Amino acid sequence: MANDTQLDLWEVFIQSRAGNHHIHAGSVHASDRQMALQNARDIYTRRNEGSSIWVVPAKYVTASNPDDADMFFDPANDKIYRHPTFYVMPEGAKQI
Amino acid sequence: MNQQNALYTYLLRLGDSALIQSHRLSEWCSRGPILEEDLALTNIALDNLGRAQALLRYAGEVEGKKRTEDDLAYKRGERQFYNNLITELPTGDFAYTIAKQLFIAAFESLLFTELSKSKDDTLAGIAAKTLKEVKYHLVHARDWCYRLGRGTVISNSKLQHAVDELWMYTGEMFEMDEVDATLLKEGIAADLAPLKPKWMEHVTAILKDADILLPAGEFMQTGSRAGIHTEHLGHILTEMQYLQRAYPEAIW
Amino acid sequence: MFPTATETSFQEKVDQDLNIEPKDHMPENYRLHLIRQISQHAHSEVIGMQPEGNWITRAPSLRAKQILLAKIQDEGGHGLYLYSAAETLGISREEMIEQLHSGKAKYSNIFNYPSLTWADIGAIGWLVDGAAIVNQVSLQRTSYGPYARAMVRICKEESFHQRQGYEIMAKMMKGIPAQREMAQDAMNRWWWPALMMFGPHDSDSPHSGNAFKWKIKRKSNDELRQRFIDKTVPQAELIGLAIPDKDLKWNEAKQGYDHGEINWAEFKQVISGNGPCNKQRMAHHVKYHEEGAWVREAGAAYSKQIQENK
Repeated sequence: MANDTQLDLWEVFIQSRAGNHHIHAGSVHASDRQMALQNARDIYTRRNEGSSIWVVPAKYVTASNPDDADMFFDPANDKIYRHPTFYVMPEGAKQI
Repeated sequence: MNQQNALYTYLLRLGDSALIQSHRLSEWCSRGPILEEDLALTNIALDNLGRAQALLRYAGEVEGKKRTEDDLAYKRGERQFYNNLITELPTGDFAYTIAKQLFIAAFESLLFTELSKSKDDTLAGIAAKTLKEVKYHLVHARDWCYRLGRGTVISNSKLQHAVDELWMYTGEMFEMDEVDATLLKEGIAADLAPLKPKWMEHVTAILKDADILLPAGEFMQTGSRAGIHTEHLGHILTEMQYLQRAYPEAIW
Repeated sequence: MFPTATETSFQEKVDQDLNIEPKDHMPENYRLHLIRQISQHAHSEVIGMQPEGNWITRAPSLRAKQILLAKIQDEGGHGLYLYSAAETLGISREEMIEQLHSGKAKYSNIFNYPSLTWADIGAIGWLVDGAAIVNQVSLQRTSYGPYARAMVRICKEESFHQRQGYEIMAKMMKGIPAQREMAQDAMNRWWWPALMMFGPHDSDSPHSGNAFKWKIKRKSNDELRQRFIDKTVPQAELIGLAIPDKDLKWNEAKQGYDHGEINWAEFKQVISGNGPCNKQRMAHHVKYHEEGAWVREAGAAYSKQIQENK
């Protein structure tokens, strides 16, 4: 059992219906991409949850580091001019 | 043979094959080589079970004696079952199940393509739904044939062995008799004769890509059309029908 | 010892009900506690497939067979979601299976009892899944993100499981005398083990301290057990099943049932390996794991080959 393999880990993304984003659903083990797709189908779309599936080898996912969260995400906090509510519109202006 | 009797028997043959195949596949539950595959085989078993239910229900309607799909599944004996012999053979190892699935799914994808054009609307409807399912079963079996055939020396020899063992049960799937003849005239049944070369071509190509040799044997087992089975079927029914037979007046 | 800065920020997050995610800082004992709990949970789902699987080929109608098969498949799926959640903590599925086989990792005691008649399938769905759901609902708010998300998915899917079991029991109680006897017998055998599923009384529970502080556990064993009893007793009465506890009675003051003493000696025996099916369940898992090795090796070898051919 020392050399046992449970095959490689893949991350699964499901699109619930055409037009929606693919959303991370979980992971599966598989030896190759076909098996990963089929396993994802058999496990994550048993109740009609999907219209499209992506699978990605888990080793190719790079995640941001929580320690970097300050410099990564906080600088976006004060850029309120990126949001439409920042702008003052004259009273009575419509469809803008 | 009148059309009603022919259709009844025809539906039993299709329904029984699905039922018994589902039974064998369900034996994999908690026994798969990896958890993911356990779930995959259960999905295929459920597809077959749903198909068996629909076909046997319709068989009961055609028979016109108010028998339900459960009556037909649980209250017929060994000699009244008409499933193809290949479906009742023991589960065996994973290679054996995959080879079985390849042979059956390759046949069924051709069969249900034809039956989806049947003049019998109910049958055509069931066939159209089934066709989507068996196409997936075929892809699943094919890809595993590649993995086992080209994986390791051990997996190759196990798959080769399974293919060799099962080969003589493949001919029966294409047998036709007066039931088929009666329904063919009406455009209800599928003509199996032209399907055989197509099946052979498809299976040969997959096995070749999987580094598996096509068996040379030409002898084919037969019997299920007349309700003559292997010894295995009796045990399947003993298990499957146990509660219905032990408590005939109970409703479950 | 004083907590370090990162430990403080970890606990602050937990206190604010923020989820902890895989790459966040977490105390080593938090990680180990989760691995132990989630892998035990995963193993339970997988081992739990066996007692129910015992009846797939004997289910008494096509509908019953279909539902049972789908339900057991769900259990396998839930095991898989949970293994995945545990894998984000830096343990592989290989290691978890190895720990199961060596006895280092446990699974729920309840599956060491045999499923003897068809009514047991009803009792397992209704009582065992019913007890599990009470626990799982509270775990949807557990502090570790991947675990909480797995529990949300699991709870959604499990919602039919308990109904499946209760439907079987209800049908049998309306049936012939033999069916009613079978149903009551299953009730008698599964009731107490189901109560034991919630674990020892709070006063005797060894791991709870940190589990609460870290919000891995949100409700105590006794709270959850009480909730289960209170919702299950009326369901039993509705279909005419007797609860096999002569001390069970409604307590107006606490607006809940008081129950008789649980046989903790039996609980300890089963936990330490002497349940009716411990050896059988483990032997089954080991056997099919070993029989599947050549298949997994073939898959791995094939994938290496197709990569090299590119």
